[in-house]
Amino acid sequence: MRLAKVTLIWAALAAAIGVPIAAAAASPLLAWRDPVYILAGFAGIIALGLVLVQPLLIGGYLPGLSAYRGRRTHHWIGGALVVAVAVHVGGLWITSPPDMIDALTFSSPTPFSPWGVIAMWAIFAVALLAALRRRWGLRARTWRIIHLPLAIVIVVGGVVHAMLIEGTMETISKAALCALVLAAAVKVMVDLRVWRRRKTLRGESVAR
Amino acid sequence: MTTVVLNRRNLLAAGGAVLTTGVSGLLLPARAEGLAPTPSMSGGANNYIKGAPTVDRIGKGGFWMSGTVRRAGDGAPLAGQRIQIWAHTTEGREHEPQSHGATLTDKNGAFRLEMPQIIPVFGQPHGHLAYDSGEFKTVFLRPVMRSAKETSLEAHFVLQPA
Repeated sequence: MRLAKVTLIWAALAAAIGVPIAAAAASPLLAWRDPVYILAGFAGIIALGLVLVQPLLIGGYLPGLSAYRGRRTHHWIGGALVVAVAVHVGGLWITSPPDMIDALTFSSPTPFSPWGVIAMWAIFAVALLAALRRRWGLRARTWRIIHLPLAIVIVVGGVVHAMLIEGTMETISKAALCALVLAAAVKVMVDLRVWRRRKTLRGESVAR
Repeated sequence: MTTVVLNRRNLLAAGGAVLTTGVSGLLLPARAEGLAPTPSMSGGANNYIKGAPTVDRIGKGGFWMSGTVRRAGDGAPLAGQRIQIWAHTTEGREHEPQSHGATLTDKNGAFRLEMPQIIPVFGQPHGHLAYDSGEFKTVFLRPVMRSAKETSLEAHFVLQPA
């Protein structure tokens, strides 16, 4: 691949995630928030950015990463996603415990809360199963059957959650990031034809 | 986005009102015109502090919270009722004491309290109000602003005897 194209792809990814973060950093709302609340908010934005990276890694769309490296990175980013969500929820809990408890118990008046909470549980479930996958000897196909619906829940839940929130994120850059997250998830599912029965995924050996 | 929220809220409120009116209508056919009491909103009591002081204004002001207090059934305005108000504003977070204040309704059952500009918090620009004086059943409201740019917000109470 030509160097210019490689640079362009990585620059586009950096912009897709970096611009919404920069725009949120310029939000006037930050002036009336304390550091813990600000940290919690940005952890949520970063989590949304990581959800964009995940399908790109598995689809092999990021140049310079071998299939093996892409998959390894996908695992690490998955771990980072768990940390980001934990910081997001933990920080909001410290900021206003009753509002966070309402959200976690699905009794919040805000329509976006359940989408975020459901996506959170799906992220935790994938991470836990990924950690136990080898120990339980889950086959690649079984794993895919488990991971795919959870991934859809994470993407849809995360995007709806973000779009419904009136917060520090700037509307257009937020909508663009959300559209890219959806597009990347749809593309990888189409390209890998995840709904078909397959013996291997990108040369994955049966030994896994 | 806000439109969806408001539609949903309105739908819920309207549905609740229809349900309540319908049920009480069945139980008390003689009082079919009765005004249903306002139910507490979910999350309305969050960061509530009991006994906020009655004030002329919360902080430096610039934003108006207003509304009415009426009696369930006949809808008579209730004068001298104490309404507590708090929110995340330009001058403080929701749980901080300086963000809280109370006011009394006038002879028409209306109240109006100036407070600092409300800022979106936890994803929605919203305020909190409470009636908790004991004569009537306690009600917590959590109205949402149509836009964060608005400089006023209304909330209306219909109270039933405790």
